[in-house]
Amino acid sequence: MTFERVPATGTASPGYLERLTKIWETEPGILGWFSSVDHKEIGIRYIFTAFIFLALGGVEALIMRVQLARPDQHLLTPEQYDQLFSTHGMTMIFLYAMPILSGFSNYLWPLLLGARDMAFPRVNALSYWLFVAAGIFMYTGFAMGAGPNDGWFNYVPYANKEYNPGLNMDFYALGMIFLGISTTVGSVNFVVTFLRLRAPGMSINRVPIMIWGTFTASVANILVVPSVSLAFFLLWMDRNFGTHFFDVSAGGQPLLWQHLFWIFAHPWVYAIVLPAMGMVSDALPVFCRRPLVGYTAVVLSTLATMTLGFGVWVHHMFTTGLPTLALSFFSGVSIIIAIPSAVAVFAWTLTIWLGRPVITTAFLYFASMIVLFVIGGVSGFMTGSVPVDWQLHDTYFVVAHIHYVLIGINLFPVIGGLYFWFPKFSGKMMNETLGKWSFWTSFIGFNVAFLPMHLTGLLGMPRRVYTYPAHMGWDTLNMVTSIGAFVFAIGIVLTFINVLVSLRSGRIAGPNPWDAPTLEWSMSSPPPPYNFAVLPTVASRHPLWEQRLGDSHGTSTLDEGFTLDDKRETIGTTALDSEPDVILKMPFDSPAPFILTVGTSLIFAGMLIPSRLWAVTAVGCLVVIAAILIWLWPERELGQRVESSQ
Amino acid sequence: MSDVPMHETTPVQRALPIGTVAYHASGWYGMLGVIVTEGALFGYLLFSYFYCAVQLPPSWTPEPHPSLTYALPATLVMFLSSTAMWWAQRGFYLGAAPRYRFGLVAAILLGLVFVALELLEWKSKPFALTDSLYSSLYFTTTGIDLVHLIVGIIAVAAVLAWSLLGYVDARRDTPTLIVGAYWHFVTLAWLAVFVTFYISPYLR
Ligand code: HEM
Ligand SMILES: [Cu+2]
Repeated sequence: MTFERVPATGTASPGYLERLTKIWETEPGILGWFSSVDHKEIGIRYIFTAFIFLALGGVEALIMRVQLARPDQHLLTPEQYDQLFSTHGMTMIFLYAMPILSGFSNYLWPLLLGARDMAFPRVNALSYWLFVAAGIFMYTGFAMGAGPNDGWFNYVPYANKEYNPGLNMDFYALGMIFLGISTTVGSVNFVVTFLRLRAPGMSINRVPIMIWGTFTASVANILVVPSVSLAFFLLWMDRNFGTHFFDVSAGGQPLLWQHLFWIFAHPWVYAIVLPAMGMVSDALPVFCRRPLVGYTAVVLSTLATMTLGFGVWVHHMFTTGLPTLALSFFSGVSIIIAIPSAVAVFAWTLTIWLGRPVITTAFLYFASMIVLFVIGGVSGFMTGSVPVDWQLHDTYFVVAHIHYVLIGINLFPVIGGLYFWFPKFSGKMMNETLGKWSFWTSFIGFNVAFLPMHLTGLLGMPRRVYTYPAHMGWDTLNMVTSIGAFVFAIGIVLTFINVLVSLRSGRIAGPNPWDAPTLEWSMSSPPPPYNFAVLPTVASRHPLWEQRLGDSHGTSTLDEGFTLDDKRETIGTTALDSEPDVILKMPFDSPAPFILTVGTSLIFAGMLIPSRLWAVTAVGCLVVIAAILIWLWPERELGQRVESSQ
Repeated sequence: MSDVPMHETTPVQRALPIGTVAYHASGWYGMLGVIVTEGALFGYLLFSYFYCAVQLPPSWTPEPHPSLTYALPATLVMFLSSTAMWWAQRGFYLGAAPRYRFGLVAAILLGLVFVALELLEWKSKPFALTDSLYSSLYFTTTGIDLVHLIVGIIAVAAVLAWSLLGYVDARRDTPTLIVGAYWHFVTLAWLAVFVTFYISPYLR
C-alpha cells in the first residue's frame, strides 16, 4: 500500500456499487454476527437491547405501582420494594436512557455526517458488547436476589458492608464500573467521529443538532464518568478490603460519596436528554416544513446547558448541611441553567408557529415533549431553590419531577424518533392509526400518572417507602397514579406492537418518505452497507432542501464525489472546516471486541469475591491483554504497517 | 431567522495520506480522548484528597511531613523515562532506528525502576492500607498510578516489538506518537500525585 494518493472522483456505476457492497457487507453466519462492526447493525442492536431494558424497568415499575395503589398493602416486602425501585432506577437511567440514545446516534451519525462508518467501528462494537455484558452482570445480581437496594444513587453508609452484607452492592458497584467503560469508549468514538468524519464541506455550522447533542453529551461523559467509577471503586475497596473511605467510625467521608456521585450524575442527566432534544430539533422542523428557528442559538444553548451542568451538582445535596454560601452558589447556577433550556423551548415553539405543521404521530410525540419539558423544567426550577427543596426533598414531588424530565425529554422524543426513523431503519412505514392511538394513550396515561404525583409530594408523601398508612390524604392520588401508570404502559406497548406489525406489513417507505432535508434521507431505505456510494460534498445545513430554500443556501453535490473502493475506506476531514485531510482505512469485521468483552466480564466476575475468585480476574486480564494486542496488531491492509516489499 | 449564505467547498484535488499517518490518524485523537478521561480520573482522586484535607483536622495524615526518600528519586526516574521517550522519538524521525529502539528500552527500564522504588516506598510506610482514611487514599491513588504505568510499559514493549518486526518507521509513526503521548501523560499524572501527597503537606 502506498502512503498517499489523489482520491478519484466520479459517479456510481452498477459494477462499482456491486464491488462496494462486497467490501462492506457483514459475512453471513454466526461468526459474522459476532464480528460485525457495521454501525447500522450495532445501532439497531443498541436500540433493541435498550428497549428490552425499558420493558424490564417498566414491569418493575408496574409491580411497585400495584403495591402502592392502596395503603397498607403487603404484596411486596420492604426489601423487595427496595430492590425493585433501585433496579428500576438503575435500569431506566443506565441501561435504557443512555444506551437508547447511543443506539440512535450510532445508526444515524455516519448517515447524517456523510461518512461510511464511525471513526472506530470496532470500538463501536466493543461499546455495545460491554453494555450488554454489564447489563447482564447487574441483572444476574438481581436474579440472585442481590439487586441494588439503596436507590440508584446508592448512598453510603447504607451501602457499606456493615449494613449491606450481601453481594447486592458488589454487583451494582462493579456493574457500574463495567458499564462506565462501555460509555467511555463509546463517547470517545463519538467525539473523534465528530471531529474527523464529517463530509467535506460540513463545517461545524452545518452540523445537524442531534450531532451536537450527542457530541456535547459525549464530552461530558468523558469528563464525568471517571468520577462515578472511582466512587464505586472506592466503595468496592471499602467492602472487600476494609479501607475507610466511607466508613464514618474511622474518619471516612460519606459526603465524599455524594460529591463524587453527583459530580457525575447531574451532567449525566443532561447527557441523557441533550441528544434527545437534538432529535427533536432536527426532526420536528421536518413536520413544520421549514428549517429550525434559531439554529445557532440552539447549538449554543446546548453547549451552555452542558457547561453550566457541570456546576450544579450540589443541588442534590441541599439538605446535607453544607454552608449557606455553597448552597447559594449552586442554587443560583441551578436557576440560571433554565435560560439555555428556555432558548430551545422558544426555538421549537416558534418553528411550529411559523411553519405549516403536518400532524403525524412523530410530530405529536415531539410537540408534546415541549409541554412535558416545560412542566419538568418548572418543577426542577422550583427544587433548585434551597428553601423549596428543603420542603420537597425526598418526597413524591421529586419523583414527579424526574419522570417528567426523563419520560418527557427522553422517552417521548425517542418514541417520536422511532416513528420518524423507522422507515430508514427498515424500509417500511409505521402504521399511523395505531401510532395515534399509542400517542394519545401514552400521553394521557403519563399525565394521569405523574401530574397528581406533584400533589402527593406536596402533601408530604416520602419517596422510597414500600407502603403508607391510610387516611393521610394520599389514597386517591396513589390509586389515580397507579391507573395512569398502566394506561401509559399500554400506550408504549401499542408502539411495540406497531413496530412488529409494520415490519411485516408496513407500506414501503422509499428513500425519503417525510421529504426531510438531511443526508440520511438521500440513500435507499434501509441504507446499503457502505452508506454512501460516492462521498457527498455538503454546502448547507439542508442538503436536500437547497433548491426550495433558494440559491443563497448553497449547492451540495450528492451523486458525484470521492469514489473510494480500495477495501474499506472513507474520507477524514479537518476538525473545523471539514476539508479533506486523509483517506482512512476502515477495519474489517473482527471478533476481538467480543472476546475483549468476555475477558472483561471475567475480570469483574472475579472481583465479586476477590479473596476467592481472584484467579478468574487474572485469567480475564490475560484474555483482555491478548485481545487488545491482536486487535491493535498493525495490519498491512489497514495502512498501519510499513510496506515490507518497498 | 433566515440562514446566512454559506460559502461552498469543492473537494481539493491533491494527494491525501492513506491510513494511519502521524496526526491524521483517528487513533491519535482517540488517545487524546483517553488521556482526558484518565486525567479526569486522577483529578477526582486528588479532589478526594483535598476534600478530606479540608474536612478533617491536620492529624488526618499519619505523617505530617511525608518522607521523600523514595518519592523524590522516583519522580526523577519518571522524568528521565519521559526524556528517554522523547529522545527515542527524535531518533525515529532522524531515521535512526537503533537509537529509537534504545530509547524505548531505556524508557521501559526506567519505568520498571520507578515501579521498584514505589514498591519499596510502600514497604517503608509506617501504615498499611486499612489503617485509616489517609492510608486507604494513599495506597489507592499510588496504586492506580502504578497500574497506569504498567499498562504503559506493556504498550511500549508492543511498539518496540513492532519496530523490530519492521512494521513502524517514520512513515508509519502513529503507534509511536500514541504511546509516547500516553507515557508523558503518566509522568504528568505522577507529578500531580507527587505534588499533592508529598509536597502539599509541607505547605500547610
Ligand atoms: C411506566 C412508567 C414508569 C412508572 C410507573 C414509574 C414508577 C416509579 C416508581 C413507583 C418509583 C419509585 C418511587 C419511590 O418509591 O421512591 C420510580 C423511581 C424512579 N424512576 Fe420510574 N417509573 C416509570 C418510568 C421511568 C422511566 C422511563 C425512567 C427513566 C428514564 C424512570 C426513572 C426513575 C428513577 C431515576 C427513579 C428513582 C429511583 C431511586 O429512587 O433510586 N422511571 N419510578
Ligand atoms: Cu441535578
